[in-house]
Amino acid sequence: MTIASEQSVLAQEIKPQKKRHPRTHLSAPTITFLVIITQIPFVLTIYYSFLNWNLLRPGNIRWVWFRNYIRPFLDADFYQILWQTVYLTLSVVVITFVFGMLLAILLNRPFPGRGLARTLLISPFLVMPVVTSVLWKNVLLNPVFGLAGYVLGLVGLPSIDWLAHYPMASIIAIVSWQWIPFVMLILLAGLQSLPDSTLEAARIDGAGGVALFWYIVVPHLKRFIEIALLLEIIFILNIFGQIFVVTSGGPGIATTNLPFEIYKEAFLRWNISAASALGVLAVVLANIVVLMFMRIIQQEKTEVSA
Amino acid sequence: MTTKKINVYLLNSLTLFLAVLMFFPILWMFMTSFKTEQIAFAIPPKLIFTPTLENWRIALFESPYFEFLTNSLIITGFSTLVALIAGIPAAYAMAFYPTKRTDGAMMWVMSTRMLPAVGVIVPLFVILRNLNLLDTHLGLIIIYTGMNVPLVIWMVRSFMLDIPYEIIEAGRLDGVSLWQEMRYLILPLLVPGLAATALLCFIFAWNEFFFAFNLTVRDAAPLSVYISTFKTAEGLFWAKMSAAATATVLPVLIAGWVAQRSLVTGLTMGAVK
Repeated sequence: MTIASEQSVLAQEIKPQKKRHPRTHLSAPTITFLVIITQIPFVLTIYYSFLNWNLLRPGNIRWVWFRNYIRPFLDADFYQILWQTVYLTLSVVVITFVFGMLLAILLNRPFPGRGLARTLLISPFLVMPVVTSVLWKNVLLNPVFGLAGYVLGLVGLPSIDWLAHYPMASIIAIVSWQWIPFVMLILLAGLQSLPDSTLEAARIDGAGGVALFWYIVVPHLKRFIEIALLLEIIFILNIFGQIFVVTSGGPGIATTNLPFEIYKEAFLRWNISAASALGVLAVVLANIVVLMFMRIIQQEKTEVSA
Repeated sequence: MTTKKINVYLLNSLTLFLAVLMFFPILWMFMTSFKTEQIAFAIPPKLIFTPTLENWRIALFESPYFEFLTNSLIITGFSTLVALIAGIPAAYAMAFYPTKRTDGAMMWVMSTRMLPAVGVIVPLFVILRNLNLLDTHLGLIIIYTGMNVPLVIWMVRSFMLDIPYEIIEAGRLDGVSLWQEMRYLILPLLVPGLAATALLCFIFAWNEFFFAFNLTVRDAAPLSVYISTFKTAEGLFWAKMSAAATATVLPVLIAGWVAQRSLVTGLTMGAVK
């Protein structure tokens, strides 16, 4: 249980090097490949976003400057889509954090069947998201034959057409089910890296359960929480498969997020340039959210130390 | 004392209950795949029934399942293999021959994996179209390799840093070549780590949908694309759908259970072990 930065510091201590060893260049081909496959397409995305290129209307491709960027901002739907993208992500992050933390704490005790519990709990994260989606959409949330409706019936409540009446909540529930194990796993790794001696010492000093958790466990977990939430934010901002399968962005655009809108623009309307501009905006949005997240964390750090 | 014991017992039961609850949708899918279509729709749902393999037979042998399975195996297998071959030398250089720029390079490598797929999908589509690589295995293999190489570099590097440096130093004093050092000193110690890395690459490539869906049509479409066609199977073939879905997730579930210990390392790119 170590943090990566410690490792790289260690590596440099072992091998202080002035001159470039020829073996340094062993990484060159792979790095070149990564540049070609990720950076060049992104530069092209930026380039396309300044054109008026639609595959349905061949010829006459012109440079139109920022038209593709201005157009979405004049469209009310775009603001709704942006908000839904952020809302979906933040809801899932909050829900998965609460339940992930709870499960991590429950699992961080030796008891018979713990290995089995852990294995069962990580499984939702391993299931192909598309399978999760068809499974929830049909077998669980179907208003007539679905299991969820039956369970509601058991307690005397009427069945609900979840996907028609609560489409966004349904998507949030499905994505959360998949991502709770992810948060749980990382927080569990964090809890297990907390030395027993630290806890013991605090207990001897008279710290009770809540104090122990708040002053010892949470500060220790901080870095694990940061990593878990940061990765989660980045991946869930880009959720596509679940939305495509479960609601196709609807009803209307009630569950359309930015990636789904980009898909529609690129592969249903074949508007390469508009889709590219939205793609650039998606990258910008991801950076903004991540930066804000980092800012919040840094603020908390200074508050704690002050 | 006894109250404490009871509390612990209750807590353990609660944990197991929650674990079963979380797993239940998967279990339910598994069970549904062995039901007849009528029983699959039964209200109240049937927990006890005579299992049948009929739906598995239909789902696997009377449908194009194996064509998609073959595509998935080819794409996942080759992209995992190539990602390892490309990633290991880079990880080696960055682990044992770090320069001032290595930390920055590692962060950059990670950032390429964080780049939203929608930020590159359009040019990738256009490029693959111009190269006649749309709907081919090679097209997806190249993209999945790019997706998994950052993971390989981060994971393998962190495993290499765990190797006692004396072993490598001793070899170097004996004047072993780069190849010998890799073949006889490093790789044998790296086997468990490489296996875990390969399993994670396999899981990510197997489950991927966005690129697969937008860059293939039929010839090279993997299982994720096939399963997504069940989205409009308006409730009539739940058992067959469950059989196909179970067959699709089973390899990954097993791979994930086997690689449990390295899962955290893989998911956080080695930031947390």
